Amino acid sequence: MPETGNTGTTIGEAALTASRKQNAVPGLALGLMLLSAGPVVILVLLIIVLSFLSPYFLTGRNLSNILAQTAVISVVAMGQHLVILTRGIDLSVGSNLALASVVGALSFHAGAPALVVIAVMVGCGAAVGAINGLFFVFGRLPHPFIITLATLSIAKGLALQLADGRAIPGMPDSIDALGREAVWGLPGSVFVVGGVAAVLFVMAKTMVWGRWIYAVGGRPDAAVRMGIPVSWVLVSVYVISGLCAGIGAVILTGRTDAGSPLFGNLLELDTIAAVIIGGASFLGGRGHLGHALIGALMIGVIRNALNLLNVNVFFQLIVIGVVIVIAVESDVLRNYLEGRMRVMQAGRQS
Amino acid sequence: MSAVAVNADRVVTADHPVLAVRGATKRFGSVLALDDVSIEVRGGEIVGLLGDNGAGKSTLTKCISGVHQLDAGAILLDGAPTQIRSPADARFAGIETVYQDLALFDNLTPGQNFFAGRELAVPQWLPRGLRFLQQRRMDAETRVLLANLKVTLPRLDAVVAMMSGGQRQAIAVARSTVFARKAVILDEPTAALGLRESRQVLNLVAALRDQGNAVILITHNMEHVVELADRAVVLRQGRKVGELVPTKDNKQELVSMIVGA
Repeated sequence: MPETGNTGTTIGEAALTASRKQNAVPGLALGLMLLSAGPVVILVLLIIVLSFLSPYFLTGRNLSNILAQTAVISVVAMGQHLVILTRGIDLSVGSNLALASVVGALSFHAGAPALVVIAVMVGCGAAVGAINGLFFVFGRLPHPFIITLATLSIAKGLALQLADGRAIPGMPDSIDALGREAVWGLPGSVFVVGGVAAVLFVMAKTMVWGRWIYAVGGRPDAAVRMGIPVSWVLVSVYVISGLCAGIGAVILTGRTDAGSPLFGNLLELDTIAAVIIGGASFLGGRGHLGHALIGALMIGVIRNALNLLNVNVFFQLIVIGVVIVIAVESDVLRNYLEGRMRVMQAGRQS
Repeated sequence: MSAVAVNADRVVTADHPVLAVRGATKRFGSVLALDDVSIEVRGGEIVGLLGDNGAGKSTLTKCISGVHQLDAGAILLDGAPTQIRSPADARFAGIETVYQDLALFDNLTPGQNFFAGRELAVPQWLPRGLRFLQQRRMDAETRVLLANLKVTLPRLDAVVAMMSGGQRQAIAVARSTVFARKAVILDEPTAALGLRESRQVLNLVAALRDQGNAVILITHNMEHVVELADRAVVLRQGRKVGELVPTKDNKQELVSMIVGA
């Protein structure tokens, strides 16, 4: 494992190898490793079980379908993940996406070319994100919950107002192409997700900015004392979260050939769930983009499976909720186990 | 190692103390936390800062490290008045602080903690946050630094959350040695440590002094004061009530000053 590895999943592995070396507390280390590998293991098990339950599940067409349906959650969850890394939350992503889609559709009908329409949607998302970040930080709000709840309402109202409460059909063909099959049977949106993931991965892993996000999430007060520009780091993650919502709007308008104020309903819950289910810590400072993507995929697979198995739509909400509870509790359990481990290691040394 | 090179380059001016505080006054509402306190610390000198709880030790050090700002008075570095408006200012001026709560990032590795806020990154023409981390260089410097300080850690790629109290304390003190160019403030670095771990931290404090830093050491442990401090400054209720060279024989005198009896 490289020394750069600092995030959630590596802790369990590090602990396990450490304990092999010292022959100490193997039970705890094993528990920690299982917890950190949990989401991937569960996803794989889920896929295996489902391929037996439904003959249709493991077909290329269905898998491509899952990826297409998960694209929006995936992109927005990656932004949400950065916010959660800093101990924050962005409740406005769904409304932000809706507003961006409406503004994009309106700009297209006003005669804007496709590239401008895309820029308008992404820019609109980033602007709402900037409002969130600036008010949270410089408005000295105690928690981003408040301001993002406010923008959830404002953006939704604005989108409904602008669109007169209705969907606005018709989007540029090049945006619609994102919803169609592109290469290898995969929809174009999957490549957008991949591109966003690659850029964010490089930024979070190799740039000073990324390190600062982990520092701010790990100990905000210490980050201030170490001279890290905490205010701007915080603003930046809300801008990126909004930007991701804007990209989500591009994908969704492409898939549906329309902008709509009703888009993104409950997307904040889906994305927060994806981040937590994927294994990132709700307590901040822990996790990586892979967690957001795995979590989004898991939500997509569960929804798809429940559809294939003809399970009532209402039941899906219950299942997702139960999965969230399990994920959050395993986060708490992980912290408890690490505390125990530290106590035992300290005990061995003295 | 770059940290050492920086210290070697420094021209120590004998006529000015490296760190001087003149007439420091700080109020929190109606409470006068610091009342006209002046102290001086020379390069290569350890000054013990003593006082009972609430005497103003932490307030004074937090003003020097930029967490609080003085209401009146001045902070002089190498004889020049210096405005310290934020912790970043203080670090930029060459003042490092080892906080009582360590200010470590539990989710980062020792090396990442050392360089937090001071990451080695390129290219220089980009804004700091957009530069690319030189991870290997930081890892290498971390290993050299820890070896020089004779600090042994079980793993350098494990996050500090998994480390013991003594190891965490050693990491926090070692971090200050990376960037301290003028002064280091240590707020009770041995509180809550066992004997052996305390010894390791005290050795690190001595190493900081030997690098030529002006060191302020806050502690309640008289043994440590007598052993390490060149001078002891005593605060009581926000005022400086005494200053002397601590020896085995005047320990009792120091304690009387602290409690005001």
